[in-house]
Amino acid sequence: MFPANFGYAAPRSVDEALQLLSKHGEEAKLLAGGHSLIPAMKLRLSSPRTLIDLGAVPGLRGVRLDGNTLAIGALTVHADVGSSDLVRKHLPGLAEAASVIGDVQVRNRGTIGGSVAHADPAADFPVILTALNATFVLQSTGGSRTVTADKFFVDYFTTAMEPNEILTEIIVPLPPAGTGTAYAKLAHPASGYVVVSAGAMITRQPSGSCTAARITIGGLGSGPVRAVASETELQGKALNAQNIAAAAAKAAEETDPDGDIYAGADYKRHMATVLARRAIEAAVKRAVT
Amino acid sequence: MTTEHISNGLIGASIRRVEDPLLITGKGCYVDDINLPGMLHLVVLRSLYPHAKIISIDTSAAKAIKGVVTVVTGAELPEHLNINAQVMFPGQKIPPHPVLARGAVHAPGTPVAAVVAESRAIAQDACNAIEVEYQALPSVQNAEDALKPGAPLAREELDNNICYTAVKKGGDVDKAFAQAEHIVRMHIVSPRQVALAIEPRGIAANPDPMGKSLTVWLSTQGPHRVRADLAGTLGMPENKIRLIAPDVGGGFGSKGPLYREDVLTCYFALKLRRPIKWIATRSDDFVTTIQGRDQAMTSELALKKDGTMLGLKVRVVANLGGYLQSSTAGPPQRMMAMAPGCYQIKDCHVEVVGVFTNTVPTGPYRGAGRPESVLNIERLIDKAAKDLGIDRLEIRRKNFIRPEQFPYKTGVGMEYDSGDYFKSLDKAMKLSNYQDLMRQRDERRARGEIVGVGVSTFVEPSGGAGFESGTVRIERSGDITVITGSSSHGQGHETVWAQIAAEMMKAPMDHVTVLHGDTYISQQGTGTFGSRSAVVGGGALATAAQRVIDKSKRIAAHLVEAAPEDMVQADGGFAVAGVPEKKVSWRQIAAAAYSGKIPQGMEIGLQETCFFDPRREAWGYGAHVCLVSIDRETGAPTIEKLVLVDDCGVLINPMIVEGQIHGGVAQGLGEALREQMIYAEDGQVLTGTLMNYAVMRAGDMPPLTLGETVTPNPFHPLGVKGVGEAGTNGAPPAVANAVMDALAPLGIDHIDMPYTAPKLWEAIRQAQSDRA
Amino acid sequence: MTAEPENTAIPIKVTVNGVKHEAVVEPRTLLVYFLREQLALTGTHVGCDTSQCGACTIHLNGRAVKSCTILAVQANGKEITTIEGLARGDAFHPVQEGFREKHGLQCGYCTPGMIMTAAHLLETNPDPSEEEIKHALEGNLCRCTGYVNIVESVKWAAQKMGGKNVSR
Ligand SMILES: Cc1cc2nc3c(=O)[nH]c(=O)nc-3n(C[C@H](O)[C@H](O)[C@H](O)COP(=O)(O)OP(=O)(O)OC[C@H]3O[C@@H](n4cnc5c(N)ncnc54)[C@H](O)[C@@H]3O)c2cc1C
Ligand code: FES
Ligand code: FES
Repeated sequence: MFPANFGYAAPRSVDEALQLLSKHGEEAKLLAGGHSLIPAMKLRLSSPRTLIDLGAVPGLRGVRLDGNTLAIGALTVHADVGSSDLVRKHLPGLAEAASVIGDVQVRNRGTIGGSVAHADPAADFPVILTALNATFVLQSTGGSRTVTADKFFVDYFTTAMEPNEILTEIIVPLPPAGTGTAYAKLAHPASGYVVVSAGAMITRQPSGSCTAARITIGGLGSGPVRAVASETELQGKALNAQNIAAAAAKAAEETDPDGDIYAGADYKRHMATVLARRAIEAAVKRAVT
Repeated sequence: MTTEHISNGLIGASIRRVEDPLLITGKGCYVDDINLPGMLHLVVLRSLYPHAKIISIDTSAAKAIKGVVTVVTGAELPEHLNINAQVMFPGQKIPPHPVLARGAVHAPGTPVAAVVAESRAIAQDACNAIEVEYQALPSVQNAEDALKPGAPLAREELDNNICYTAVKKGGDVDKAFAQAEHIVRMHIVSPRQVALAIEPRGIAANPDPMGKSLTVWLSTQGPHRVRADLAGTLGMPENKIRLIAPDVGGGFGSKGPLYREDVLTCYFALKLRRPIKWIATRSDDFVTTIQGRDQAMTSELALKKDGTMLGLKVRVVANLGGYLQSSTAGPPQRMMAMAPGCYQIKDCHVEVVGVFTNTVPTGPYRGAGRPESVLNIERLIDKAAKDLGIDRLEIRRKNFIRPEQFPYKTGVGMEYDSGDYFKSLDKAMKLSNYQDLMRQRDERRARGEIVGVGVSTFVEPSGGAGFESGTVRIERSGDITVITGSSSHGQGHETVWAQIAAEMMKAPMDHVTVLHGDTYISQQGTGTFGSRSAVVGGGALATAAQRVIDKSKRIAAHLVEAAPEDMVQADGGFAVAGVPEKKVSWRQIAAAAYSGKIPQGMEIGLQETCFFDPRREAWGYGAHVCLVSIDRETGAPTIEKLVLVDDCGVLINPMIVEGQIHGGVAQGLGEALREQMIYAEDGQVLTGTLMNYAVMRAGDMPPLTLGETVTPNPFHPLGVKGVGEAGTNGAPPAVANAVMDALAPLGIDHIDMPYTAPKLWEAIRQAQSDRA
Repeated sequence: MTAEPENTAIPIKVTVNGVKHEAVVEPRTLLVYFLREQLALTGTHVGCDTSQCGACTIHLNGRAVKSCTILAVQANGKEITTIEGLARGDAFHPVQEGFREKHGLQCGYCTPGMIMTAAHLLETNPDPSEEEIKHALEGNLCRCTGYVNIVESVKWAAQKMGGKNVSR
């Protein structure tokens, strides 16, 4: 299978890329790792007239500590997110998510920015980044703005980004002391993408009770869904098995998934509660240290 | 074993494959690796509709694209370009199967237009520029639905959806059922599977400048048979086509028949006098290559209270798809021939109804009717044991054909050659630590876990219909050339054939060259399928080799002026018995054979060919045991143990045999756990890519324990039976029985494969709410 | 700067198996077809059209990637190793040797991709456990071997290359 013809440009800076983007308008698409875009182009589900390859743009890769946040360049590949010492130390849940995306080859090529911008409802990063309360830095020729994860994922394959914007960086706040993060996934046996997944960031007081919880569910809607009922249920409660289970049991309350040939809606909702429990438990364990 | 330089003990040795050095360095040659100057590329536009009338096709935009050579629709092609299936059953209907749709499509993926262009990408561009107007017709996907009154006609030119009905019977089944003290009834459906050779199908064709002859490279399992079919369709002399099967990247039955794209490629090559290549994309492969299984079996097993089997009735509704390939009718026939399995059931009635539906054609896929049959009888017997409160091993042993009964004529008229089913079951029990397994199961159940143990005991015919050929030639140098009509699709024929020849001729393996897969090199042959290569191809080779040995012995005797009876085979040739230094080497024998220094009246030269037809199948068998646990929370099944005891007679290369079992098991577990081709109610393909059709990956494989028993095939010169399908035949029923054993305490009787986590979770939930 | 119009061929420079190449490619040319058709390196195979099978795996700047999901233009300025570049002269790479010793291949179609993925694994993790080997091969499908002997082949290679953990 072969993509349709297109024009190609490999800008050497973000500014150059932005100029190209405004010049070619909606007929152009940015190319990062290409691991969502190229498969779609091969099947001719997508046929952009122009590709603007970000591969040669410097400064968009890597993870750095910036005050009390981690700043992750949009072009950082999944494998580098997963193996970054900073990520593993501060955000093990993010490392966990990065390491279960696709397969080795996909993780060596696909980028975190591409995954976020693509906003596939079956993707991993959007779920965990929402749990981690990440912020996305968007640049356009007019300047730069930031959008939080809660506001970013708008619909199936749709984000709050404007067509003339480039996602340059993902900012993740370092969780406060006593906080653990985790990610749990049920992968589709064929595609490896998310059937259902859960991300959790839980803060635990020395006394053992929960002071903050962000829990997200993936796979049950057009994008990550905050499990507000679970979060509320956990708030102020002792983080024991019983309370965690009770909170997790509410993880699917905000959702109304469609069944598909692999899994029915009931199974998905059920698995959301199972995975939420596993993610919360893992986060709580990590919160101890 | 790693030395190729020895000439003794080769049969039975795990010798490294001679094929490997090229393949591990990327120097293999598969069809898509053939690139010829001026080569054009074919891409086919396919229908997404399962069943529709074609109102119009507009190819003008496609034709206007630069680099496009020709764009053709069915109406513009000669009428004789069809795929022809043979009548396998009396009264079988064979509706038209044109290489490009003429007026209507009857399955998703049906080609409606063909584009030839300077590059594949341009051809694809042109395909996308073709506009087709369809009028959708009602369609049917499920074969049992297709038999219901008022069902849509899959083929509107017929008056119902039945392609054929066939019956195999023996004894007096009504009487048997009249005497029954218990009758087990089941309805079992085997999931439709995709063969999914990792190399998709492909063909390259190069015409001679006059357009009178053709060289074809085809990813096929049967070069000679396909060439004959191709010649017939093109209306060309068979011997003007040189058909080469280069390295073939797997087939598993699916690369047996001639396909539409093969005909199109050759037709255009001849017409345009240019080399042309067509390579299937994976998406093409999902909707054009024959699929396997999809048989619905409704059965009744009559028994006495003590578990003695009295009679068996089976009605199989086999989904054939929308068109017939040459091999489509095959698997149901296999199913019938082995319906009673390894049990003494003399009174049988097995009926198959082959049904047209608007789906991709089915055909032989690894096992080809055997897995369906084993699944059916093994589920029945487990259910019988459960109903009657008899131990599952005891009921099997009670009904096994006993070793002293061989050769044994079954209730459906087949003659099994040899076997000791008790021995393989005993071995499987021992290897699996069966008693311990059962104890573990019970203890874990008591703790609330869902755990089950399953057993399957099975027979599997190998060899299949027809002959295979083998030639052994001693070259002037004394080197040995083996030419087989059976071509390989990756199993390691070159190694195994060389082992046989070297051992028989007492020559080092590196003096043997094996040629295959080229109709200009080898004599007529049949091909590789149905676990037949070692059995029929090996038999042909062994017989030809023996003839060469017999002749050579006389030449050797002549050279040392001894009597032929006094000559014995020695390393590298012959020697006078008891006088090892009086030796004649292959080189000396060959020199004599080609220079005429041979006994009077003997024909010059040193080459023999055998067309071997055993006229019977070889019946391998085995016993598989499985321990499975199911996660109550997620429904996910885990195979914790899988013990596979197989008997394929004499093993030529145990390493290769093991590899065959591993590969078969992986496909069998795919069937049991995840693989299923699914069509939507409206006929759309829902699992047309690897994004939604799930196969086993490295991490999904459970630990395997292999064991063997060896019952030489008494009707074969080497004593071998086939093994290529053991894993797909025996393993899925063992898993099915284990899963059902696990769910039995919940009151669940039967669920069809594949056992996906969501399906099992749903079943468990349902069972629990039924009980509540 | 402007993008070239559709279908304008783009010059690229790549180093493949140690050899520098300058070539001109259509933007839509996938790296796998550039290697197979323009450089005649046909050892890299294509087994699917949705990036699942891994038959096309090569090393791009030292990392295992699927060359069917990369445009040739994206490889501009990069180093590529294909299956043809793995052996040193007549000496097989230990992973190649392992596949032969342990019968890690049958039809051989998945094999180049498997070997390239395994070689990358052993470069990053010389002592993989059985689980790690299986995890690393997640993106490579084989329909012939049932993977059992592929895993054994990788273990054999790891040991040959000096890894300690894996037992044969
Ligand atoms: C076989 C396979 C399995 C996979 N499995 C998973 C999985 O399990 N989980 C999962 O989450 N994902 C999975 N993926 C998707 C993979 O993670 C992709 O890499 C990712 O979704 C997209 O990243 P990319 O860099 O490849 O983006 P591209 O494909 O290059 O781009 C994707 C989209 O985002 C836009 N875009 C890219 N970068 C930017 C930017 N910086 N600013 C603005 N827009 C941008 C592009 O224009 C395009 O529309 C899989 C992919 C494959 C091929
Ligand atoms: S060809 Fe299948 S992943 Fe590249
Ligand atoms: S060896 Fe045939 S696909 Fe792996």
